[in-house]
Amino acid sequence: MSDIEHQQQMAVDRIVASHAGQPGPLLPILLEVQASLGYIPPAAVVRIAEGLNLSRADVHGVISFYHHFRQHPVGRHVVQVCRAEACQAVQCQATEAHAKQALGVDYGGTSADGTFTLEAAYCLGNCAAGPSVMVDDKLYGRVTPDRLDAVLATWRQRS
Amino acid sequence: MSTRIYISRDAAAQALGADETLLALQAAATAAGITLDVVRVGSRGMVWLEPLVEVVDGDGQRIAYGPVMAEQVPALVAAGLLQAAAHPLRLGRVEELPYVAKQERLTFARVGIIDPVNIDDYLAHDGFAGLRRALTLTGAEVVQEVTDSGLRGRGGAAFPTGIKWKTVLDQQSDQKYVVCNADEGDSGTFSDRMLMEGDPLCLVEGMTIAGVAVGATQGYIYLRCEYPHAQVALEEAIAAAKARGFLGRNVCGSGKTFELEVRMGAGAYICGEETSLLESLEGKRAEVRYRPPLPAIKGLFGKPTVINNVISLASLPVILQRGGAFYRDFGMGRSRGTLPIQLAGNIKQGGLVEKAFGVTLRELLYDFGGGSASGRPIRAVQVGGPLGAYIPESQFDTPLDYEAFAAMGALVGHGGIVAFDDTADLAHMARYAMEFCAHESCGKCTPCRIGSTRGVELIDRIIEGTNRAADMTQLADLCETMQHGSLCGLGGMTHFPVMSAVKHFPDDFARKR
Repeated sequence: MSDIEHQQQMAVDRIVASHAGQPGPLLPILLEVQASLGYIPPAAVVRIAEGLNLSRADVHGVISFYHHFRQHPVGRHVVQVCRAEACQAVQCQATEAHAKQALGVDYGGTSADGTFTLEAAYCLGNCAAGPSVMVDDKLYGRVTPDRLDAVLATWRQRS
Repeated sequence: MSTRIYISRDAAAQALGADETLLALQAAATAAGITLDVVRVGSRGMVWLEPLVEVVDGDGQRIAYGPVMAEQVPALVAAGLLQAAAHPLRLGRVEELPYVAKQERLTFARVGIIDPVNIDDYLAHDGFAGLRRALTLTGAEVVQEVTDSGLRGRGGAAFPTGIKWKTVLDQQSDQKYVVCNADEGDSGTFSDRMLMEGDPLCLVEGMTIAGVAVGATQGYIYLRCEYPHAQVALEEAIAAAKARGFLGRNVCGSGKTFELEVRMGAGAYICGEETSLLESLEGKRAEVRYRPPLPAIKGLFGKPTVINNVISLASLPVILQRGGAFYRDFGMGRSRGTLPIQLAGNIKQGGLVEKAFGVTLRELLYDFGGGSASGRPIRAVQVGGPLGAYIPESQFDTPLDYEAFAAMGALVGHGGIVAFDDTADLAHMARYAMEFCAHESCGKCTPCRIGSTRGVELIDRIIEGTNRAADMTQLADLCETMQHGSLCGLGGMTHFPVMSAVKHFPDDFARKR
């Protein structure tokens, strides 16, 4: 086991232990693991299953059900582009196409420099000021292709 | 002597630059030797005017300016914004703006006005009056008050809230739960988010009333993970309420217990369906449950559970404070009270409008919304989220009423209205409805799991146009199978957007491309 894997396991064990006694702890644990490691590595599944007395299949089944959970590492920032109806009504298709082109990836992909992972979102709750984009936890409204360039530039500088 | 300003912390306001505007205001004020007393509030609901800044003038009135972008701030401050001076962006008192003056704000009465997580501010605006009254009544009396109000589930299903509660109240159990469905996944809806960010204590109070009424001691707010701003506001509000004895082991000194916890979702639209939400809270794949048993009898962890939408629960404080009859006096027919309506999509003046049932789509789209944002004619609106029908201009005079909408093959749902101008392609939107259903299907029942994918293929073929007449017949058949054969509303309601598009916009399906 590499040092990194060992550290990840320690982190997962700490998270599992901190939820001891909580009813229905699996989602909170998975969310915390992903927030801490960026994704849910295969080794974490084993530790979580053991900690909660579940089968690995149970844990894997939950991870694979929810769109938010990732089983692979992502870029330093996650860019979500909303493609729901209210954003389509204000031409989010142009923003989507521009995002894919600017980052050189399709949905689910990570830009070659490792800065951004692009994801589709189905409503970010900003439907009166679309097209909407979220970078990590920061929400942006009226994101035209030009504004998307400006937003991405800000985050590139930051990282 | 400091100048008080109000600026929103609502996610939509932040998305349009409220934080940057505030930083610029602070810098400009410091340079001018003025100390600012900043209150971060919810949004007034006029999203097209965000970032909205309110300045308290010499008479103690809140004078609004908007939209105020960061780069405009130095000039605005030089022109006397902090003295509430005249300027083209000066809007005056928010209460006097027609968009706000014409509303009937019961559930959203405090949103945009108070500091969302300040207990004293909440108390000064009728906060906890409903809970205090509920604590003087028996559980049955509280349930009766809710029944009398005529409140129906605001999540979209419109089931009478009082009847749901009565079922839970009548169960004998060592443990009962109150669950708030805050998995607001419908496109075009954001009233739950605005309420949770702008007046989270109202939701805390509403859930506590529910707990006290039915004898539940534990509540959960199941919040979608796309709403991190709401999570912060709720956590702050819960901590504040707990610290002041409005939550916990001795609610308002009554000896009653009610604990509250926020649980985050993980990006699954299906969790808006109440039984799949309960599965998710239990830590499972969010597959829809068979009914019966009802959640009111066997809900979370197999115990009797009140599960209601954010707006339903946030309407309880005013109902308990002013009485069921007061609330029931708003509205029309069997749709009583008010609905926080969300104007979204291609609309000039998008935002939140709380009105009594009975207001027409046309009034909402033009009197409030000001028409489309693009300036082109509004061709269609989708009401009630991705599973709602597309409604043509000829039906814009329909009053917002559950029964009137059902009669025309549409639904009110959670009150979201998405406007499309005349560039919209409704065949494309019908295809998207099927695609969305396929993307979000939990996979438990076949009509939804397989039917949605076949639906996408069918509509692709129809758009291609090789065998259109036969494919259109098959699409209608498929929609009927999904409607009657699906386990829940996802597969069961996808026919609304698809077949309404077919019915009202047939040309879009017949066009040569």
